[in-house]
Amino acid sequence: MSILIQQVHKYYHNLHALSEIDFNIPQGCFFGLLGPNGAGKSTLINIIAGLVYATQGTISVMGHDVRQQWRQARQSLGVVPQELVYDPFFTVNELLRLQSGYFGLGRRNQPWIKELLEILDLSDKTKVTMGHLSGGMKRRALIAQALVHKPPIIVLDEPTAGVDVELRQMIWAFSKRLHQEGHTIILTTHYLEEAETLCEQIAILDQGKMIALDTTHALLGRYPYRMLKLNLTTQNIKIPSTLAEKVQSLTQNELILKLHREHDPIGAILETLRDAGIHFTDLHTEEPNLEDVFISLTHREKS
Amino acid sequence: MNWYGLYTLFSKEVWRFLKVAIQTLLTPIVTVLLYLLVFSSVLSSHVQVYESVDYAAFLVPGLIMMTIIQNAFANTSSSLFQAKTIGSIVFILLAPLSSWECYLAYVGAAVVRGLLVGIGVWIAALWFVHLPLHNLLILLIFSILGSAILGTLGIIGAIVSEKWDHLSAFQNFVILPLSFLSGVFYSVNNLPGIWREISHYNPFFYMIDGFRYGFLGVSDVPIITSLWITTIFMILVAAICLRILQTGYKVRG
Ligand SMILES: Nc1ncnc2c1ncn2[C@@H]1O[C@H](COP(=O)(O)OP(=O)(O)OP(=O)(O)O)[C@@H](O)[C@H]1O
Ligand SMILES: [Mg+2]
Repeated sequence: MSILIQQVHKYYHNLHALSEIDFNIPQGCFFGLLGPNGAGKSTLINIIAGLVYATQGTISVMGHDVRQQWRQARQSLGVVPQELVYDPFFTVNELLRLQSGYFGLGRRNQPWIKELLEILDLSDKTKVTMGHLSGGMKRRALIAQALVHKPPIIVLDEPTAGVDVELRQMIWAFSKRLHQEGHTIILTTHYLEEAETLCEQIAILDQGKMIALDTTHALLGRYPYRMLKLNLTTQNIKIPSTLAEKVQSLTQNELILKLHREHDPIGAILETLRDAGIHFTDLHTEEPNLEDVFISLTHREKS
Repeated sequence: MNWYGLYTLFSKEVWRFLKVAIQTLLTPIVTVLLYLLVFSSVLSSHVQVYESVDYAAFLVPGLIMMTIIQNAFANTSSSLFQAKTIGSIVFILLAPLSSWECYLAYVGAAVVRGLLVGIGVWIAALWFVHLPLHNLLILLIFSILGSAILGTLGIIGAIVSEKWDHLSAFQNFVILPLSFLSGVFYSVNNLPGIWREISHYNPFFYMIDGFRYGFLGVSDVPIITSLWITTIFMILVAAICLRILQTGYKVRG
């Protein structure tokens, strides 16, 4: 296991920001941490990184307790913080050399820094001070900064928030590459599509509690519905009463039905429609995505 | 010990103030020269603190020390407070640097700035006054202790403060009075009874008095007393500061 989280609680005064968090992240896993705003994702990540101390519970990183063996734990982690924070006094290159120095790495590390700058497409920005970079460039510089000491575990806290399509693609490709090279990756994101395509395992936090932890595949399977979309030819149709509660949306020429995977066989549904005199030119089904799972989980918890 | 990490953080802190040397080195030197111009020319004919020492020669060591300690305080407090408010402190917190290593790096840089400013003021003052040099080692010891103490207080101030307001209150209502009332401009022995008593409870008084001894060879209290008290004060503030750093107070909330 690369990360063991045991019975972690965090209080900010009276706010129970994290409650009884307990799970493991296997080595080499691409792990997604999801949840609405304020769920406690960053808090958990910060506790793993040692940036915040837990009120209760223990966490170990590559077998090193983050409070006791913090040196080894920190050597194992590369963290890209959610906020774009930087020291405006220094240039990209200075920043990376300093960060590498903090980790005890001297000139010998220079070739790796150079490589990082190339991979992250910052080679022509090395002499620019951080304050003069665009948001996307800053984000890339922060990613480089997190990797200067070649950590086996990489933590990305919403790396794609507020970046353009191109940079998002780049970050995706880069994190996939790191994963293929054997790194463990922990990613938080609000783009469920992103988690769905990248992550092997997903934990969902809501109001400080963990409400789901599973493989992405199993999690998608948990939501037993799919959508049936019909392009209608008949206008002003009358929906048969047996289907009424399955209607997700109905417009002039499109009907969407939400069907249970087991209880609503598509054949029977189509028959019912035909009997009701509803004709269509085309139909297709849509499998659930993480968004459906996410919404159903976070809503159920609240009600 | 992560010596290389410590060295890197130290050099970063030195580098930081060198990048804005006009503000961090030149301005304090010019300011002191202005003080010197005003006070010594107005007062030198009226005030004599020690026999055979004219007022300007008495004043300069105090002004040098005051500049040293103020700049040492400014160095750690502004750097750390800024890192805390803009959030770039995370990169130090993420690194395998212990409280001791961070402490030594920050205080080390504060001492370097203190000494550079001190030397600058000294050299500049030589144009205006004749200043004896009694004992260079004493000067060095007191300037290092003084800047280390204030560098430490700067760290404490930056960590405890949540707003610029708090930090400047700490500076204006604690640091400034303590340094002004420490006998920079006068000998505390010339103060009326109760004020003299109170002055002896001001740890800054011993830093200034000991430092001045290094130049003049005379002081209000025996040099060994000043040395002891300053050293004990140093240990005390360092212990408090390290404790604060180790618990992660207000930093690793
Ligand atoms: N330093 C702090 N002091 C007090 N409360 C805090 C602090 N940091 C976070 N919180 C609170 O803890 C809760 C969890 O915050 P956290 O930043 O972990 O959420 P998040 O899941 O990362 O949200 P987002 O998706 O918006 O980044 C929030 O209610 C937040 O207000
Ligand atoms: Mg967050």
